[in-house]
Order: sequence, then C-alpha cells, then structure tokens
Amino acid sequence: MRHLLSISDLNKRDAVLILDTAVELARASDGPMKKLPTLRGRTIVNLFAEDSTRTRISFEAAAKRLSADVINFSAKGSSASKGESLKDTALTLQAMGADAVIIRHGASGAAKRLADSQWMSGSVINAGDGTHEHPSQALLDAFTIRKHLGKGKSDLDGISVAIVGDVLHSRVARSNVLLLSLLGAQVTLVAPPTLLPVGVESWDAKISYDFDSVIPQVDVVMMLRVQAERMSELYFPNAREYSRYFGLNRDRLKLMRQESIVMHPGPMNRGLEITAEVADSARSVIVEQVANGVSVRMAILYLLLAGDSLGAGGAL
Amino acid sequence: MKRYLLSGGSLPDGTKTDLLIDDGKIENISPHIADVKAEVIDISQSIILPGLVDLHTHLREPGKEDAETVLSGSRAAAKGGFTAISAMANTSPVADTAGVVEQVFRLGQEAGYCDVFPIGAVTQGLLGKTLAEIGAMADSLAQVRVFSDDGNCVDDPVVMRHALEYVKKFNGIIAQHAQEPRLTLGSQMNEGIISSRLGLKGWPAIAEEAIIARDVLLADHVNSRLHICHVTTAGGVEIIRWAKTRGIQVSAEVTPHHLLLTDDLATSYDPIFKVNPPLRTQTDVMALREGLADGTIDIVATDHAPHPTESKECEWQEAAFGMLGLESALSIVVQTMVESKLLNWSEVADRLSIKPAQIAGYSTQGQEIAVGALANLTVINPSKSWRVDKDLLASRSRNTPYHGYEFPGVVTHTFFKGIATVANTEIVARDSV
Repeated sequence: MRHLLSISDLNKRDAVLILDTAVELARASDGPMKKLPTLRGRTIVNLFAEDSTRTRISFEAAAKRLSADVINFSAKGSSASKGESLKDTALTLQAMGADAVIIRHGASGAAKRLADSQWMSGSVINAGDGTHEHPSQALLDAFTIRKHLGKGKSDLDGISVAIVGDVLHSRVARSNVLLLSLLGAQVTLVAPPTLLPVGVESWDAKISYDFDSVIPQVDVVMMLRVQAERMSELYFPNAREYSRYFGLNRDRLKLMRQESIVMHPGPMNRGLEITAEVADSARSVIVEQVANGVSVRMAILYLLLAGDSLGAGGAL
Repeated sequence: MKRYLLSGGSLPDGTKTDLLIDDGKIENISPHIADVKAEVIDISQSIILPGLVDLHTHLREPGKEDAETVLSGSRAAAKGGFTAISAMANTSPVADTAGVVEQVFRLGQEAGYCDVFPIGAVTQGLLGKTLAEIGAMADSLAQVRVFSDDGNCVDDPVVMRHALEYVKKFNGIIAQHAQEPRLTLGSQMNEGIISSRLGLKGWPAIAEEAIIARDVLLADHVNSRLHICHVTTAGGVEIIRWAKTRGIQVSAEVTPHHLLLTDDLATSYDPIFKVNPPLRTQTDVMALREGLADGTIDIVATDHAPHPTESKECEWQEAAFGMLGLESALSIVVQTMVESKLLNWSEVADRLSIKPAQIAGYSTQGQEIAVGALANLTVINPSKSWRVDKDLLASRSRNTPYHGYEFPGVVTHTFFKGIATVANTEIVARDSV
C-alpha cells in the first residue's frame, strides 16, 4: 500500500499490524534514544489547508522521531479562493522531492484526489478531509481502546463503543465506524436525528437517540466535538438543550460501567458536549489519546515509507 | 446546391428505401432511385432519423468562450447528429434582453452547422426577482418561445406563476430547473447511502420533486405550459405521470447521463461526475428509462455543459457542475433504450427530434421524413461502435465523463437543410457548409 486515504483501504490484518507496530515503536522511543534512524533522508510534507494544531504537531513529532525531514506547508484556501490550486501545490511538492504528503483539507476527497492524480508520486496520508475521514485519528482511538480494554487480544472483539454527537459532520465518526467494526467492536451512534446523515442506516453501527439508555451498555463513550454554528444551521435549538440530551456530565458518568472509558478526539467544547469534571476525571483517556497519536502516526509513516531502501512500496 | 442520394438505408419505421436530397429538401423517397447528378452515399446498414433537436444546450457564448463558442458547440452538435440546439440563457451577460438573444441567434446562423435557438431568461440576471424582457425577446429576430433560468430555479412561487401566465400571450413555455434552493444549499451529490459515506453534502430528491409538484399545480391553475428540465428522480417521474393523467400541460426531459450514470461514481471524488442535478441511484435510472419509454418523459435533452479543464481539475466541492453531452447523446440512447428494447427507432425519432421541436415550436425542425420536407436528417449506423476520446471531441471543452467508454451507434452523416455538416463521421469544413 502506498497511501492511507480511508479506513476502507485497510483489511483487519493491516489494521492490527499498524496497532502492533505502534506498540513496538512506542516501546522503542521510550528508551534512552528517543529518535529512530528509520526515515533518515526522507522528506515528509505536512500540507495543512485547514487549521489544525494537534494533528499537525502529532504527525510532525512522529516524523521527527523517525528522523525524517519535515516541511510544514500551510496552504490556506483552495482553487476557489485566491489561493493556489491543489494541483499547483502538488506539483510544487513533487518538484521539492516530497516522499510523503500528510494532507489536512476542508474538502472531502481532497486526499484521494491528490493520490489518484498524476500530479505527484509520493505517498499521501489523509490527516482529515472535510467531513469524510480521519483515518489516523481512528487508528489512535482503536489503539487506546485496545490498550485499556483489549485484555491482551489483538482486536476489539466484544467491545462496545458509543460515538456521541455530530455524526453528520464528523470525519472522526466515519473513520471510527469503519475501523472499530472492522476490528470486531459493536458501535452505537448516539445523536439527535438532525445530526445523523441520511443513509446512516447502511453503516455498520446501531443508532440511538437516547444517550441515557446507551451509556450502561457500552465500554467506551466517545464524544464528538459540536460546533457552535450548528445551532444557527437549525440542527438543534440551543446549547443548553443539546447538553441536556447529549452532553456527558457528572450524572451520566455515574451510569457508566465499572471499567468503561471516556474519549474525545479534541478540541473539546467544555460545557457543551462534555463537562470539565468529566473531561478531567479518572475515566477520561483524552490526554492519553494525544500521546498515543504520536506512536500510531509513527507506525503509519514507518509502514508506508520504510519498506525497503529503494522505496519500492511500504510494508503495508 | 448539392444533390445527395442516400442509398439503401432504413426509415425509423424500418422501411428500406433510397432517399434523394436536393435544394435543401427531401426530393424523393422510394426504393432504387437512380440519379446520375447526385452524390451517392451507401447507408445500407444505417437508419435515417429526422435531425436531432436539443432543448437544453449551454454554449457559453457570450462570456465564457474559453469553454465553448456558438461555433464550437454547433460543430459538436452536428457531430452528435443534431440539426437544432437551444442555447441556455445563463451566459455572461445573461440572455435576458432582445440584444443578447439576437446576438446568439446571429452567431448560430453565421456558424451554419445547425439551427441555434436562444432560450431567454425568465428573470433579469437569472436572479428570480423580476421578469426579464420576455415580450421583447419573443418579438426579436430570435423569436424566443422557451424561457428558462436554468442553473437557477425560479423558486419564488409568485414569480413562477406570473411567468407561466405571461408567456401564454405568444404560446411560450417556461422550462423550470427544479431545485428548491434552501434544501440544496451547498449540496454536492445525491443524498443517500453514498453521500453519507463520502461526507459530501447531500442533495435530496425531494428538493427537485417539491418544485415539480408545485409547478404542475401552478401550470394547472393558470392553464399554461410548463416544461421540466432534466428530471432525475423516480418521484419526479411519478408526479409528472400524475399531472399528465390530470390533463395538465406539462412536458419533461431527461438527460443522457441520468439515463446511464449513478451516484456511486462519486466514490472516485473525480468531479468529472459532478453535475446539476446530481447523478442519482439505479432505482431512479430505471424509473427514468421507463418514464421515457411510456412517454411520461417526453424527450431527451443533453444539458451539454462545457467547462474549462481547471474547473474540473480540483477538489470535488470546488469543481463546476456539468458535463458534455452533445456528441454522445444518441449513442447513450441507443445503449440504454434501444438495445434494451424500451424504444424502437420511430420512438427515438419522436423523443429526440419530433417532440422537442413541437414543445419549443421549432416549425422547421422535427418534421416527419417525407417528400417536400426540409432535409434535416441524421444517419446513424447502430451496428458500429466507437470509443470516446476526450481529446478528439469537437467541443472546445474536455469534460466528458465517458472518456474510454465504448458506445454503440455511430453518426455517419448529418444534413442540415440539405447540406452535409457531417460526412463519413467527419465534420465538414466550415466554408463547405
């Protein structure tokens, strides 16, 4: 495999390999030498056409720990605005000799467009495209769930996960439904009907509008960010009502199973979809997700780029 | 003027015959015509159709001549077997005055490859607020009878009502682009299973159907003629079928691409498949084919929509809507409707020539093939096939979704008022036209 564009590009073995590789890389970089020489001499471009701090620095840290050269390319705007077109950006990166491009873009499918075009020859890693997918986030989420609840198994068989909030606009939800179900977990989507896409019934997930009844049934409660502008777009009446039905607060925390965990891809809207006391509680693994993100992204870069020294395809 | 003897072809009803063209007219139809002065063209494997008539063409001139001109679009039309096309009003400036429609009309005459009938805007600037100079356009040299804000929906019911009423004065017709704007704000593709997975904003079928339903009721109420552009949904077909049984004066068109392609093509995120209205599901495609077969949908119209390369060589959501249609339309009808036995050749002639000319009032077009009629004719060899190569199209643009497709049916000759515009599959040079 040359690119990571969508979780649907992976089979179960690929996904487990990424998680296992992340475990090993985490162990290796816990040693006295934080940096591994694996990608020395390789050029990796962070092409971020949309604001993102955590994903960009997570990929940057991952690449640097593998000794790659990292170029940050912040291409705000797109062909519609006064900015450079995706094509011209790609041609520029090709001319600079990028071995891989990590792309974050506001347009769904932008990563695939880049990979399928003849504009550049390097690997393309999707770091979030519009409301489509965010595969590395799903992989780090699966990594985190497996670490806490996997009981030594390689997959997520028998684990149940609730994904709660703005599923309609969430690339994290799309990637997670695909990946978690691929790994054997049961996914339940919890959202007001306005924030579920038409067609969601075809997804490999159960649907519920009733958060309270779902909480005691699941091992993982994964909250999604809800953007304030959704109110003006008439998806729900106001923040208070949203929080009342779909926010994770102290009362709902009490409904959770003994061992269950709380996750959030960030950035959080404290007080809207999650209260501060839940975010900072012992059940929350939100900060750990960030740390795991670096290991998982190291694994992705390693498997895509470190195949053999001639670069004839990665290990995936 | 040149005399042509079409030898051994079949008329749409299957009759084998020779056909003699002279002085712009059909001079003789009978088996075994001998004529020493005529150029004899052997068409023994082919079918003669009345010249095709397109009610929905974007020619981009004036304003976007890098995408298409009246001349290049006319040549593409001839190549596809058309002898008449209808230039949509969404040019720059908009065709909302007599001046612009006369300019387009004149450019069509100068090009000389087919009739170019301008369609006038319903509202000034296509903005949906105030009526354009409909009367002036009707009285102009272009004698506009079809009015459309295509690209935009005339969504204000009061504006639509008065437009429908106003054109009754000269037996005009309003061609509606049925798209409820609020339900399609930022929409990118058909709303359904595929859009839910791709994270592209959905375009619900109801946004089209709600306007169709409203407008057939309005047309009924004011007793005027309504034409529905590019129907794409099974529900839309059903509403039109109902309206026709009620005797409402509604006609409808379907595009070749909506007869063939489905929304799963968006999975590639290649905006070559991005079109307004969007590609729908297989269920819709089958309903459209059935509707065209039973006459609920009256005609096929291309919605030929040329765009320069850079408008498609980008992210899906940044790309322009639309695809080329003129050069592949008849072949797609052959593949989807004739080979599946949903239409016979007489019905093809009806849906692509006779009916569209009737709806628009193009009296010199869409005539039955008969002695004395104007020789607007298309010769198609249905047993031959061709492979689409975007770089070999006559259109100035390259945005065909069919690059590499193998299609049945080759247009070998097109005659416009008795003059060959296409001969042996090649477009005839301009000075000979």
